Amino acid sequence: MKDTINTQPVIEARQLDLTFQTNDGPVHALKDVNLEINKGDFVSFIGPSGCGKTTFLRCIAALETPTGGTLSVNGMSADEARRQRAYGYVFQAAGLYPWRTIAKNIKLPLEIMGYSKAEQDERVQKVLELVDLAGFGGKFPWQLSGGMQQRASIARALAFDADILLMDEPFGALDEIVRDHLNEQLLQLWARTNKTIGFVTHSIPEAVYLSTKIVVMSPRPGRITDVIESTLPRERPLDIRDTPEFIEIAHRVREGLRAGHSYDD
Amino acid sequence: MKSLVAVLTVVAAIVAFWYAACVPMNIKGVLVAAERAGVEVTPATAKERRDMSEIGLSLSNSFAIPDTWAQDRPRLPAPHQVAIELWKTTVEKKITSKRSLIYHGWVTLSATLLGFAIGTGLGILLAVGIVHSKVMDMSVMPWAIVSQTIPIIALAPMIIVVLYSIGVQGIIPKAVISAYLSFFPVVVGMVKGLRSPDGMQLDLLRTYNASQSQGFWKLRLPASLPYLFASLKIGIAASLVGAIVGELPTGAVAGLGARLLAGSYYGQTVQIWSALFAAAILAACLVALLGLLERVMLKRMGMSA
Repeated sequence: MKDTINTQPVIEARQLDLTFQTNDGPVHALKDVNLEINKGDFVSFIGPSGCGKTTFLRCIAALETPTGGTLSVNGMSADEARRQRAYGYVFQAAGLYPWRTIAKNIKLPLEIMGYSKAEQDERVQKVLELVDLAGFGGKFPWQLSGGMQQRASIARALAFDADILLMDEPFGALDEIVRDHLNEQLLQLWARTNKTIGFVTHSIPEAVYLSTKIVVMSPRPGRITDVIESTLPRERPLDIRDTPEFIEIAHRVREGLRAGHSYDD
Repeated sequence: MKSLVAVLTVVAAIVAFWYAACVPMNIKGVLVAAERAGVEVTPATAKERRDMSEIGLSLSNSFAIPDTWAQDRPRLPAPHQVAIELWKTTVEKKITSKRSLIYHGWVTLSATLLGFAIGTGLGILLAVGIVHSKVMDMSVMPWAIVSQTIPIIALAPMIIVVLYSIGVQGIIPKAVISAYLSFFPVVVGMVKGLRSPDGMQLDLLRTYNASQSQGFWKLRLPASLPYLFASLKIGIAASLVGAIVGELPTGAVAGLGARLLAGSYYGQTVQIWSALFAAAILAACLVALLGLLERVMLKRMGMSA
């Protein structure tokens, strides 16, 4: 099943620990996390709040620094990877600058990274089409719906050539109809760009529908309780969610969450 | 339309209260004048009147009430007296005249604008330093706060004396006092504004590996603009106060402050009040102008829906 072209994982965590020191004593946000993510994987992190799924994603992005273990991204340290702009990050809120148009918002990383004007325009056009927002470049964020704003923020993360896309509950604040639509689009986008995606969610159907690999996590201390390799094909219409295979995987995720005793206390 | 009626009602109530207040305030002076002119007043002697309340006097001498709104040097001038004085000293006087409020207003305004420019520039610079340097945050901010606890009226003469002794006079000392009052709201507003981007916005720039100066120009500065405008409106009003206060201890011959001072020397209450109103109108215009600038700029930046 594993591809034979590239054996080196894109992201590799070994015995990763992260302990926050707080006034109430140490909090073990991550404990002994081991994971490999290969090129082109779509990996979902699922678990109740406090299980460290967002913290782990932030570690990969070098927005947090682990207190133990090793973490490599593209064969280097997470911070080196950040400096080389190895990933695009999509936050839970779109976080578009209200004083910039959509096109100018997408240009923000390109300006910072020093792309030429012509290249900026070209890339903005390309990613606007990719997220189905062609023609909206001149609008200001407040003129767009929440779903469109989130698509614009995904376009912003895609505008520069990062092979990795990290998404922290990007559709968490959206209603289910919009979310279904965006999930479908995200899969198409993934198929077209062949990026490696790390995706934090707390929705079981979303995780199962999107992922090639589902990482089930549990809190106190934040740890991985199960890693499920999806048997679903890469091509996934929305109604795949009614197939026995889908329901089977969803069941296993649910079992994994329950095994973590995540809701007992 | 409905709100216009409400606003006019409130204005009318204030004016009515003002006219009513003029009666007891001015009645004693009016009665003295009436007695001298041979009119019979009750009670007849000044000695008896001294122990009576002003309201009681007004009631027992109701014939004298209209005169309380028409005195030359009333304790409290009536609204129309102030309005007429304002009209005479602005529209009917040549602006080169020493009695023109436009002339005096311009003298004060030029010091205000210069002080406002200095104060705003200084305020922004300090805020940038405070946001980017912990040392400055800890060393400058307390002094900025302390500076505002000293009454400006106590400090103004010293600023003028010190500057005079090093050969600086004219508009500069007034502008310095005005800057002293206006830099503070700008510092406070800009520090808040420059710190307004949330953790997520800062994280986003981190994922781009953006430099500190890129973060400043692309995120912090534009995010601070709405805060800056709020501060500027307070700052410009404070600047005007500073410029007027700066004119008081110098015995300045020109400016709204000089006009206030001259009025109080000669008991010209109408002149004092018209200078006060001129200052208030000037401040309102300046604040309104900044509000307009704010609307235009934020709209151009797409920040006002």
